[in-house]
Amino acid sequence: MWKKLILILVLSLVLTLAACTQAPEPTQPPAGEPTSPPAPPAVSELNILWAQWDPADYLQQVANMYERETGIKVNVIQEPWGTFGDRFFTEMAAGGGAWDMVIGDSQWLGQGATQGHYIDMTDFLVGEGIAATVTDATLTYYGEYPTGSGRYWGYPTEGDANGWAYRMDLFEDPDEQAAFLAEYGYDLAVPTNYNQLMDIAKFFTRPAQGLYGVAIYTQKDYDAITMGVQNTMFTWGGEWQDENMNVLGYTNSDRMVEAVEFYRDLHDCCQVPGLSNAFFTETNDAMISGQAAMIMNYFAFFPALSNPGINPYAEVTGYFVNPEGPYGDHYASMGGQGMSIISYISPERLEAAKDFIRWFAREDIQAEWARLGGFSCNINVLESQAFIDATPFNPAFAETMKIVKDFWNIPEYGELLEISQRELHTYIVEGRGTAREIMDLIAEEHHRILVRAGHIQE
Amino acid sequence: MTTTKAQDVGVPPITAVRQRRRQLSDRAIINLFVWPTLLLLIGINIFPLFYSLYLSFTEYSAIARQQPIWIGLENFANILNNERLWRYFATTGRYAVMSVGLQTILGFGLAMLVREKFRGSGMVTTLILIPMMLSPVVVGLFWKLIYNPTFGYFNYLIGFSDPSLGPDMLASRWAGQPVPGLALTAVVIVDVWMWSPFVMLLVLSGLKAIPDYLYEAAVIDRASSWFQFWRITLPQVAPLLLIAVLFRTIEAFKSFDLVMGLTGGGPGDQTELIAVNLYRQAFLGQWRTGEASALAYIILIVIIAISNIYIRYLNKMRGEG
Repeated sequence: MWKKLILILVLSLVLTLAACTQAPEPTQPPAGEPTSPPAPPAVSELNILWAQWDPADYLQQVANMYERETGIKVNVIQEPWGTFGDRFFTEMAAGGGAWDMVIGDSQWLGQGATQGHYIDMTDFLVGEGIAATVTDATLTYYGEYPTGSGRYWGYPTEGDANGWAYRMDLFEDPDEQAAFLAEYGYDLAVPTNYNQLMDIAKFFTRPAQGLYGVAIYTQKDYDAITMGVQNTMFTWGGEWQDENMNVLGYTNSDRMVEAVEFYRDLHDCCQVPGLSNAFFTETNDAMISGQAAMIMNYFAFFPALSNPGINPYAEVTGYFVNPEGPYGDHYASMGGQGMSIISYISPERLEAAKDFIRWFAREDIQAEWARLGGFSCNINVLESQAFIDATPFNPAFAETMKIVKDFWNIPEYGELLEISQRELHTYIVEGRGTAREIMDLIAEEHHRILVRAGHIQE
Repeated sequence: MTTTKAQDVGVPPITAVRQRRRQLSDRAIINLFVWPTLLLLIGINIFPLFYSLYLSFTEYSAIARQQPIWIGLENFANILNNERLWRYFATTGRYAVMSVGLQTILGFGLAMLVREKFRGSGMVTTLILIPMMLSPVVVGLFWKLIYNPTFGYFNYLIGFSDPSLGPDMLASRWAGQPVPGLALTAVVIVDVWMWSPFVMLLVLSGLKAIPDYLYEAAVIDRASSWFQFWRITLPQVAPLLLIAVLFRTIEAFKSFDLVMGLTGGGPGDQTELIAVNLYRQAFLGQWRTGEASALAYIILIVIIAISNIYIRYLNKMRGEG
């Protein structure tokens, strides 16, 4: 008995020691030079990893066109949002080449670039003029790392940002318009600034009728409440950091504090009850159930609202751009993803992946991508009348993509995000503390993380 | 000699040798069954246990493509000096005490009720057991709807049809005003709803094992119902009840899916149980594998310590019995 037990323990220890032994440091492949063993000369199939949602289906349709043109099959492999990041990064940690390309979150750029998972696409995108075909903001946020460096790691594929949907039937009702004019002294219309948005939200908050002014993001699990509050932060002229990544005095600036206070006031006065952990599903549901006059959401989730089979108010749902702030700034929180090439694939597959991106970036293909429902980042497509007329939310989307800003995209973004999520949720949903206290706390903790990571000095 | 024997029974010599080879010894059969199982156990259970112990002494991220860097006890020191993590441990402790306490009382009560046979008792027992058969994530999502202050049953049943006057359990607010602890209570209610039947089931098996002659003797001695419960029922059921409490306490310390489904750890960090925070550190964009491994070991030590207290008490009880 003892002999067996000792044998099992010895075996386990041997395995553990073998795993703990310093293996040779994985060589970081130089930009643009994949290291995997050579693959068969002819590439007949390419794999792209993306999240499981409608745009991935649209991309598969575009990819089928590519197969018809070239004979190369392109598979869009979809992974549920909840495990998308986990699956991708665990594969990358193993240096796996299961996929040739990934359409990764904008916040992954830092990890993808610094840890050697993505190839440097600067020469390809800039040299071939592809970078010039997309809007500056999307190239920066979906492709560039470090920000402002001019080095690109992804082709802007699915543009996305926060916008608003509203009930046109309520806004255009003559009785409502008269009552609003009498109460606030100006016409009821789509809000062009946040003060108007607050007035309208208060006006439509009528618990007795089961109607509330807004449904805004409050989810704590991942990034939603931070993305929601950023709409006001950026629009109030606030920034998470300066150009040298200093956060003290920026994250907790007066503008940032004021913006957070506004978001909480909006939440307290007019949020649909029960939305204490709300993201895209919950805010859309609030509109579909007729509980909200206005909802915040990413444009990528608006197709559900314009579908009469899902939303009984589809015909009377309008869309508008995130309003201006009180100091004249005008921004929206960014979503969306860029297409990056995995560095662990063979040179042949790398060339085949570039060929696909080169083809996908063509204006006619981007127009088709947009026609199917994808949110193209191509400048000409965004400005084309065909795109503007394609859906009721495309005009607002096209305008929004010129004013987007994003959260951190450095490798430590997850740690930074956890703190902002926790503290913003504490203040806005739990109702504890003051905006000044929580923004000071976020700034201090972000500062500590950035110092530890070597981005800034103490 | 062998050839002769083989010829005697009319079997060609080569076939006889092959047959003997096919017949495995008892030892070989044991090895054939035991070793694959042992190897599997080592591969998926014992090895990860040792490896994560090693990782807990390192700075390591599972997605960083860098080897673990040995930092000794630094992860443990950071955790033990982290005021916030102590708060999460305290929240977990409060949750475990409230949840397990209520489950014990309710489970025991339910077991007493369904102990006696009545018409449809089997059906009633089965219906009571349904909640524990459901997935915690599904339960979390259902109760999220039940707690909704505008259309959920919970507020309606406690007499608040106007959401602006009643509780918003998951936001920890009452009539719009913050009420600390309300969200944790909401999670406890769901956990109690889900797992009281488990306690009931164990207690019921204990109750059914009590010999009738003990009660008959008590009746002859004109013992009161309370005396019978206190001196016969409770002591006889106590070992099984303690096992139920032990299981539920361990589960309470590991509680994750229900909380994620209901509150995501919020509002703020009111329902941030230690297992939820462990997940947040190990995954969700952070991937602090080394520190998360250290935290997992601390949780394991806490659970082992608590389990030991229970087991000592259980052994003492059995000794007395």
